[in-house]
Amino acid sequence: MHRRWLLRVVAFLWTVALVSPAAAQTPIKIGEINTYSGIAAPFTIPYRKAIEMAVDEVNARGGLLGRKVEVIFRDDRGNPAEAVQRAEELVSSQKVDLIAGTFLSNVALAVSDWAKRNKVLFVASEPLTSALTWSQGSPYVFRVRPNTYEQGVMLANRAARMKYLRWASIGPNYEYGKRAWQAFWSRLSALKPEARAVGEFWPPVGKIEAGPYVSAILDQHPDALFVSLFGSDWLAFVREARKRGLFQKMFVVGMLLGEPEYMNPLKAEVPEGMLVTGYPWYDIQTPAHKEFVEKIRRRTGKPPVEGSLVGYVTFLSIFQAIRQAGSTATDKLAAAFRGLQVQTPIGPIRFRPFDGQSTMGAWVGTTKYDPKRGVGVMVNWQYVPGEKVLPSRAEVERMRQHR
Amino acid sequence: MTPSLFLVQLLSGLAHAVVLFLIASGLSLIFGVTRIVNFAHGSLYMLGAYLTYTLAACLPLGPVSFYGGVLLASGIVGIVGIVVEVVLLRRVYRAPDLYQLLLTFALVLVVADTVRLFWGTENIVGPSAPGLSGSVALFGQLFPTYDLALLAVGPLVAILLWALLHRTRWGVLVRAATQDREMAAVLGVNQSFLFTSVFALGAFLAGLGGALQVPRQALTNVMDTGILVEAFVVVVVGGMGSIPGAFLAAVLLGVIDAFGVVFLPNASLVLIFVVMAVVLIVRPHGLLGRPETAPRTTGGVVAAERSITVPWPAWVALLLVLTALPPLLPAFYLWVLVEILAFALFAASLHLLVGTGGMLSFGHAAAFGLGAYGAALLFRKALVPMPIAFLAAPAVAAAGALIIGFFCVRLSGIYFAMLTLAFAQIAYAAVHQWYAFTGGDNGLLGIWPPNWLGTPLRFYYLSLTAGAAGIGLLSLVVRSPFGLLLRAARDQARRAQAVGINVRRQQWVAFIVAGFFGGLAGAIFVFLKGSVFPSILDVQMDLAPLVMTLLGGVHSLAGAPLGAAVYKLLDTVVGRYTQYWQLVLGSFLILLVVAFPRGILGLVRGGSDE
Repeated sequence: MHRRWLLRVVAFLWTVALVSPAAAQTPIKIGEINTYSGIAAPFTIPYRKAIEMAVDEVNARGGLLGRKVEVIFRDDRGNPAEAVQRAEELVSSQKVDLIAGTFLSNVALAVSDWAKRNKVLFVASEPLTSALTWSQGSPYVFRVRPNTYEQGVMLANRAARMKYLRWASIGPNYEYGKRAWQAFWSRLSALKPEARAVGEFWPPVGKIEAGPYVSAILDQHPDALFVSLFGSDWLAFVREARKRGLFQKMFVVGMLLGEPEYMNPLKAEVPEGMLVTGYPWYDIQTPAHKEFVEKIRRRTGKPPVEGSLVGYVTFLSIFQAIRQAGSTATDKLAAAFRGLQVQTPIGPIRFRPFDGQSTMGAWVGTTKYDPKRGVGVMVNWQYVPGEKVLPSRAEVERMRQHR
Repeated sequence: MTPSLFLVQLLSGLAHAVVLFLIASGLSLIFGVTRIVNFAHGSLYMLGAYLTYTLAACLPLGPVSFYGGVLLASGIVGIVGIVVEVVLLRRVYRAPDLYQLLLTFALVLVVADTVRLFWGTENIVGPSAPGLSGSVALFGQLFPTYDLALLAVGPLVAILLWALLHRTRWGVLVRAATQDREMAAVLGVNQSFLFTSVFALGAFLAGLGGALQVPRQALTNVMDTGILVEAFVVVVVGGMGSIPGAFLAAVLLGVIDAFGVVFLPNASLVLIFVVMAVVLIVRPHGLLGRPETAPRTTGGVVAAERSITVPWPAWVALLLVLTALPPLLPAFYLWVLVEILAFALFAASLHLLVGTGGMLSFGHAAAFGLGAYGAALLFRKALVPMPIAFLAAPAVAAAGALIIGFFCVRLSGIYFAMLTLAFAQIAYAAVHQWYAFTGGDNGLLGIWPPNWLGTPLRFYYLSLTAGAAGIGLLSLVVRSPFGLLLRAARDQARRAQAVGINVRRQQWVAFIVAGFFGGLAGAIFVFLKGSVFPSILDVQMDLAPLVMTLLGGVHSLAGAPLGAAVYKLLDTVVGRYTQYWQLVLGSFLILLVVAFPRGILGLVRGGSDE
């Protein structure tokens, strides 16, 4: 009888000893700002769920530095001025230790500029503009996802091996669209000087009336078309392009169009045979990735999308940096991020010490309809790690001087 | 351009025009009869699309499900229109016209989040139209059969509408009320039935427009705002209240848009606004519109309403609190206060136009944005010291207002409002695409005050000084002889003209003064945020000061800062606690408008008269 009582006391004390450091100390707080309403919401909702999963996992293992981790989410509504106000609130009122997130490029640039002035660490997850880490780079910003330049170069390297010479382009009339085409085309014409650009089309973002664009493209008779349309514009474009026979008449190269976020809504209407960057989660067979897919499925009832992966990897990176820094002080965290190695479901990635860009890569492949699952998939894909396409330190420094 | 491309673009443009016409005709009818500027029209369109998607999937009619879904969805949206009119709008008919606008703005927020709750945030590709999902060869290109079918639907609806308006008693009453609402009422026309039925028909048409887009466009949470502005442009270009005008304008804009793709690929953001500006400058009442009847020429907004004056001790007390309190506040509250001050001044400057001048502006963001960009460019590109850039900003905005105002004051009422919107959108497109100068949509960064002004408290006091001085000067302007002339022109434009007041010139000067103070507000804002982007000139920023002014109470200058404070505080708090901030904020606004149909200051209407 006594022994059982004693056992209980020991067990209780053991539990207290394990739990109390975490319970007694204030949690590590991470502020997460993203566009959870409006145009980017289809992308950010799965992203947020993956972050919540990463945080639950790390807390189940006792948190970091003996403290629990807490994430405070804020909606920037796609507006840079709103995002800056939220950053202000998170840091000065909620006392977060660092800021993460953002989707739209201009929001990311505004938050990064604010973070630089206020000496707050900013880990950008989703935004694609190359300016963030290069021409407008700062010691306080780190970015996870492969940027517009990298994805453009990956696609151009593959496209240059093909026979197509007459190229047209369609993309949203803003930075992302223009830079995507610029990155792709400058690389392609360097590799293949005989290629010619025969038309550029810039519909307003979120409001495309696709029919006239499809006819105008067809009228130029290109062999190939580069597409960087975003979200719902791409879906509307596919509908009109199918009806007007565009996909039979030209080869299509699409930035991000292989991501499940872009493919899934199209179901059986997905165009086959396009060269795209994306995320073929269904075919990545490493044990770490299979486990990730399983966890996301169990938690959300749905398979992952690109946003799930980016959200998860972003927070794994933050956790790793905090562990290595042994502190949440901004300077120590930033120092830890420079050259940080992170084990992710898709293998190790590294944050480059001189520009803060991660070496996370993208998958380049061809689209195909999968009748079994009823959605489009990527086939013949290849993972291109960031190291293969990123510019050297000297080039980055030149871009920073030229701003 | 090859002849075949010409013909295909023409047909594509016409198919687009059909959808534009459906939405615009409903909007135009509603405005014509009820004078409601229905911002929720795009939301009704979105509802029509989403309902069609759901109904087509679950109606047990086989291939006909889609078409059944289209009709049923439009009908349901029509019923939603009836509910909105009877339950909400009817409560505020006695308030000045603009309060219905505030209510429909709140509805936009509520519907947006309702759609999100029911259908989620993912983009949806709806079903194709059975039997019309293919295409036919025309002029050497394939053309979708569905678009050909639309080309038949458009004229059909137009003819039905024409018959309804010209061959039925109801139509006669609608036309009578459109021409002269008061006279129709005096003659014993049952107004509430007329209003409800017109609103229902307008909603039905918006729902039908949305339903017919399902096979052409993806369904998104943001399809409401995109179409709304386009629909307003069509209505105004055609002439408010004119169905043939809406038809003509829809055809014009649909076709111009289709050819713009070929000839002006970089102008896609701005083309329709340039067309609207040109049409309104040449024909101030749209292509087929008629001048509004005389008494409403300028004063439609607030004419014949008594002003409310806030006693000066209240102002002094407020200023004392705002001076003494901040050192005790945490930094974040200071930032919020500065933002409120910027918007208070922004809204107060708009009040000079809307309240004192009776000039409804949908484009006041141009002043705010020009001020912000002016300061930012002087600071970053010309390397002017921050205090000078700050003080120069209002001058930049005033210079812009001088030019914009010159064109706008020749118009009145909703036409004036839409021309200001057109100029704001043109300014938006200019900063958006002029990468070399304005940084395009990557904006301008690093616009921070120098260190001796950079602490939250110091920057707060700078903003308080600028904001208080601005609002104080504006109140002097309102009370000055110039302000009285402006009010005379608002309430009795013809008499004012008859006694020798140059109404247009007064309005022009008011426009410049409002631009000046709007620019000052923009300068506060830009040095608070440290960066500026084209979004500072977008439609949301056009509407924000208007919503604030109305919320506080349009009858007094004090209403603008009050509304700004209430709105910004609500927004900041709500955004913190829920993902569904639009639903909560919209519901709050509806409650406020229904409770205080003359703005919050309307509560103290018993107060002294000016």
